[in-house]
Amino acid sequence: MNELFSVLSGLDWSPLRISLKTGAAATFFCFFLGIFTAYKVMDMKPGKRAVIDGILTLPMVLPPTVAGFFLLLIFSKRRSIGIFLWETFDIKVVQSWLGCVIAAMVIAFPLMYRNARAAFELVDQNLIYAGRTLGMSEWEIFWRVIMPTAKPGIAGGTILTFARALGEYGATSMLAGNIPGKTATVSQRIAMVIQDQDYLTAGVWVAVVLFIAFMAVFAINIITGSSGKIRR
Amino acid sequence: MGIEVDIRRRLGEYELDMSFSENSKRIGVLGASGSGKSMMLKSIAGIELPDSGRIVLNDRGLYDSEKHIDIKPQKRNVGYLFQNYALFPTMTVVQNIAVGIRRPREEKAERISEMISKFQLTGLENRYPAELSGGQQQRTALARIMAYEPEAILLDEPFSALDSYLKDHMQAELMEMLSDFEGTVIMVSHSRDEIYRFSDTLLIVDQGRIMNHGRTKDIFSHPETRSAAMLTGCKNFSAADIIDAHTIFAKGWGITLKVKQEIPKDTHFIGYRAHQFEPIWGECTENCIKFNLSSRADLQFERNFYIKPECPEYSREAVITWYVQRDKWESLDKKGLPDFLRFREEDIMFLK
Repeated sequence: MNELFSVLSGLDWSPLRISLKTGAAATFFCFFLGIFTAYKVMDMKPGKRAVIDGILTLPMVLPPTVAGFFLLLIFSKRRSIGIFLWETFDIKVVQSWLGCVIAAMVIAFPLMYRNARAAFELVDQNLIYAGRTLGMSEWEIFWRVIMPTAKPGIAGGTILTFARALGEYGATSMLAGNIPGKTATVSQRIAMVIQDQDYLTAGVWVAVVLFIAFMAVFAINIITGSSGKIRR
Repeated sequence: MGIEVDIRRRLGEYELDMSFSENSKRIGVLGASGSGKSMMLKSIAGIELPDSGRIVLNDRGLYDSEKHIDIKPQKRNVGYLFQNYALFPTMTVVQNIAVGIRRPREEKAERISEMISKFQLTGLENRYPAELSGGQQQRTALARIMAYEPEAILLDEPFSALDSYLKDHMQAELMEMLSDFEGTVIMVSHSRDEIYRFSDTLLIVDQGRIMNHGRTKDIFSHPETRSAAMLTGCKNFSAADIIDAHTIFAKGWGITLKVKQEIPKDTHFIGYRAHQFEPIWGECTENCIKFNLSSRADLQFERNFYIKPECPEYSREAVITWYVQRDKWESLDKKGLPDFLRFREEDIMFLK
């Protein structure tokens, strides 16, 4: 017990801060990007749609290290894009917090995209037609008909995206590294302390992750449960 | 004034090719499912795009492939009642009705309350569609369309989602709600009762084509084509060969029919409604068929007999349906099955 207190009192909480910040930022961008692409992909012709959908879903089924490999290829400071970003905008992706966000975004994006698409596909096409024949603009139809109807699915997707972004490990460790106080996320910290045989600290972090994950699933259930009332 | 449609569109195995012009305000479109009738309705509303042709409503071009006109559905001013009503599930009754009203704020509120009382939705203003009964949903959908003040209203199988008891009640209700609407109303349905009740003018649609176009009552009494006869409820058909101007041989039943009127030269089929056979006991000379009973079904108000012509050459596949209504059961019960069924001349339908 005393051991646990001493671990807790001496604990560096920065990984939690970094993870939450990364998760929030990645979710923010994935939210808009996911909804936008889901809406665009739905309007595509079936052949094109299958290809684009496959590419967008790929990060979900690939090992994160493979995504990390590609991200390094793109953003490495020894390669054209990386050099361009560094020299022109002073932006460094590798070994930086931005790298954490990008890695988390790439891995979590399919969750947002797929959930948004599934939610949109559940919206009865006749609602859109009805909106049109009643003189509503496409913009109005999207915000007043499609989004509210798809809201439970989109909210669920957002939470899953956040949870996934929060716990990203493989791609993050390759792209952003494990710099304490800067890019060391909770999952990276767990891996690190385990290597040092420090099971107690690892256990504390595991408890934190478990708590957040449970809260996320709980929130999804609340949202999808309460929406049952207005749905047909 | 009125509506003019002339459109073509590829539809799976066949091509939809429909053309009609009509000034009547109550138009019915009768066709089997998949006949293209819904597609035609959606093309008028601008929800579906034809491959070519033109659509004119009250002298306003809505679509013209040659002149590259394709007015957006938002600007067509055509109301569409969907099969499932398509009420916005996240909006209340009032919010649903308000969607289509294009008026200043004060007038808007007034218009909404006018619609609420006209469509008997008082007390339901703040309910969501899922909390309404089927009839209330339909009234809300109709109120929403009426609030939009359209030039024409399109009804797409409005009763198909309802059970038969409710259906009857709501047909009457819909008719009353639409009675003071001055624009054109087109109703698409596969139910002949709905169409007969509702429309002044009728289009019969089959395989993407308009087979008949005329006054509803006329088409029901003289269908002219086999598909029209079938859609108006005729049960018995036989291919037929004309022998002379007053004699025709029904190949499917093996009977030669003699009539006083002149048989139309393009007759290829004969149709005969199941209710119209005349049972004959004893001798029968003309237009009579001797038969064997194949099976029967007793319904509440009707007895259905499925019979085969006695003539063995034809009896294998031919089944003739004969319906007897309740008020005529008595003689049947007394005398047993008749010896013959007679085709009455005035009820024989000569079909193309």
